Amino acid sequence: MKYVDEFRDPDKARALLKEIEGLVARIETCRTRPLAIMEVCGGHTHSIFKYGIETMLPDEIELVHGPGCPVCVLPMGRVDDCVALAETPGVIFTTFGDAMRVPGSKKSLMQAKAEGADVRMVYSPLDALELARKHPDREVVFFGLGFETTMPSTALTILQAEADGIRNFSLFCNHITIIPTIKAILDSPELQLDGFLGPGHVSMVIGSAPYRFISEHYKRPLVIAGFEPLDVLQSLWMVLKQIAEGRAEIENQYNRIVPERGNPVALDAISRVFELREFFEWRGLGSIDHSGVRIRKNYAQFDAERKFSVPAIKIADPKSCQCGEVLKGVIKPWDCKVFGGACTPETPLGALMVSPEGACAAYYQYGDIDKVHKRTDAA
Amino acid sequence: MTIATDIKAADGRMRRRGKLNVPTITLAHGGGGKAMRDLIDDVFVGAFDNPDLAPLEDQARFDISGLASLGDRLAFTTDSYVVDPLQFPGGDIGKLAVCGTVNDLAVGGAKPLYLSCSVIIEEGLAVDMLRRVAASMASAAKDAGVTIVTGDTKVVQRGACDKLFINTAGIGVIRENLRLGADRAKPRDVVLVNGVLGDHGAAILNARGDMALSSPIESDCAALHGLIGVLLEAAPATRFIRDATRGGLATVLNEIALASNVGIEIDEKATPIREEVKGFCEILGLDPLYLANEGKFACVVREADADKALEAMQAHPLGREAKIIGRVTDNRPGRVVMQTVFGGRRIVDMLVGEQLPRIC
Repeated sequence: MKYVDEFRDPDKARALLKEIEGLVARIETCRTRPLAIMEVCGGHTHSIFKYGIETMLPDEIELVHGPGCPVCVLPMGRVDDCVALAETPGVIFTTFGDAMRVPGSKKSLMQAKAEGADVRMVYSPLDALELARKHPDREVVFFGLGFETTMPSTALTILQAEADGIRNFSLFCNHITIIPTIKAILDSPELQLDGFLGPGHVSMVIGSAPYRFISEHYKRPLVIAGFEPLDVLQSLWMVLKQIAEGRAEIENQYNRIVPERGNPVALDAISRVFELREFFEWRGLGSIDHSGVRIRKNYAQFDAERKFSVPAIKIADPKSCQCGEVLKGVIKPWDCKVFGGACTPETPLGALMVSPEGACAAYYQYGDIDKVHKRTDAA
Repeated sequence: MTIATDIKAADGRMRRRGKLNVPTITLAHGGGGKAMRDLIDDVFVGAFDNPDLAPLEDQARFDISGLASLGDRLAFTTDSYVVDPLQFPGGDIGKLAVCGTVNDLAVGGAKPLYLSCSVIIEEGLAVDMLRRVAASMASAAKDAGVTIVTGDTKVVQRGACDKLFINTAGIGVIRENLRLGADRAKPRDVVLVNGVLGDHGAAILNARGDMALSSPIESDCAALHGLIGVLLEAAPATRFIRDATRGGLATVLNEIALASNVGIEIDEKATPIREEVKGFCEILGLDPLYLANEGKFACVVREADADKALEAMQAHPLGREAKIIGRVTDNRPGRVVMQTVFGGRRIVDMLVGEQLPRIC
């Protein structure tokens, strides 16, 4: 594929790996412990596993797979709310595909669909709006999910619904925002992170400025990274170079997509439609202040939480889960007591086993081959 | 070929062939009465015209000695076909129902001979659609050299099935000295595929139209017994063949790894996938290794036979793009590992459920 294969060139990868090994040799810390670099975004986790990038890196680098998989961090109570909405008579509940399988406390959307709820997979919120147009006698609810990457399209859909006077469309808003979450991770007392790969598509919307506190206050380097395997390797190299040179800066490897100021049109749509919630509950991480958004009062008619009675019952994560510690890089997935035993992709207990972008599911399915192998043999 | 207007009934007397004169199927066509006989006569007997079917007995009857002359074992298989949409680029449910069952026989080393055809029709289906499907089955059966010898028709209420379901069972004969099995792979054996992967899965997803992508991807739906015959001629000690249908190549390889308790290592670079399919998967966040195929198989042959097998396959029209994609090893028994294009390695596991597109 043109403009894709160029970013998957194994010769360039070998050259970069050589450079990376050179940098590792120069970094003092590497002599006592591995460097922990977190990729914040689930898309990066996906690329890292899909291309086997981790199996190519020197042992002195440990990748910590962060909280940027919106499907994984969705708390069970919110999934229950989705199911309740989907089971409301007259409702067509629309969702992105990979949210279908996320387990609630009783069932997933896929199970609800099997039991008769009208749950439909869509590829864009505009598809959901189209359904509302086609079915004026039904209430179409869109399950809005994701970070700043998907927020603009949801916001624009609501603006479109308002402009077109569509009354049978609403949004169950579960959009979350990345910056407070990175801050919560950085504030965690067990933190052991040396640097970050910043999310590429979130940054395409918000730009690079919002990350400045990471370098200024927490003195950690962050490189905004693209999603092709060479992007990931080059970004890692840039983080290591900063560490080797004693710098902590915000750099942008993904500058073919990410402008410094982000996308003003998208940001404008977001701020017209959404406002910050006081706090939002995350699976594995608990409640994080200002980490979610809700629909502003002006657009209340499109807010499924106002339009329908949503149970909104908080369900605690299973006690045996150690997702939070995995997310913060305190332990590796296979160190969790239930990994591969009680918690598998078929029967996930924890957030990170739910979506293929979750660190545990990724390890379980196609991860660090020898470690997984050892682990499953022992189980 | 002209189709007789009279049919020889079970008691040996001739009767007038029924005619269907309505545009849509109704529950009456499943009621067992004249309307049903008209439907069967006009649509199915008409299309599948052959002396074994025409008497419309409750069963087809075969001469055992005729079968025995072809080999030493019977192969018997069944498969049900449910696909939305019924017609898609590269085929339709009828072609699928014939080729799929022919392939299930052929991958066991059998020469496919006879098929059954049971249809479950949702009331309201257009008779024209049914005619097209029956004609497509007839033409696929003719191409594959198999005869549709028995069948059944049911009509169900609207909503009780999705337009049209077809079940075909098949009988074939396996010739002497062929021993194919998923448990027979040995370290150092070689894994081959007969061409580009994922076309059918991508074509179906695309034909549903909800992605609004315009793409020329066609289903690879084809009967593979001819190609498999050529392969087994060139490499009679072939260990195993399986068509990579639902769950794609990844699933077949995992089945071999588990059944033979061996590791399988494949090379992403050598694994043939059409550029359009790669792009399609890239956009939707799907993995082509898990996409269904309807005209592709994976086979395991002895190292010494690999070149012969490859050459023979590439000389056949359905194997022109055949490739050696990997090897059987004694590393990590039960696991399939892929060397990625980028130079890393990853496990290629079975899917948990169906593949779902990713959010972003």
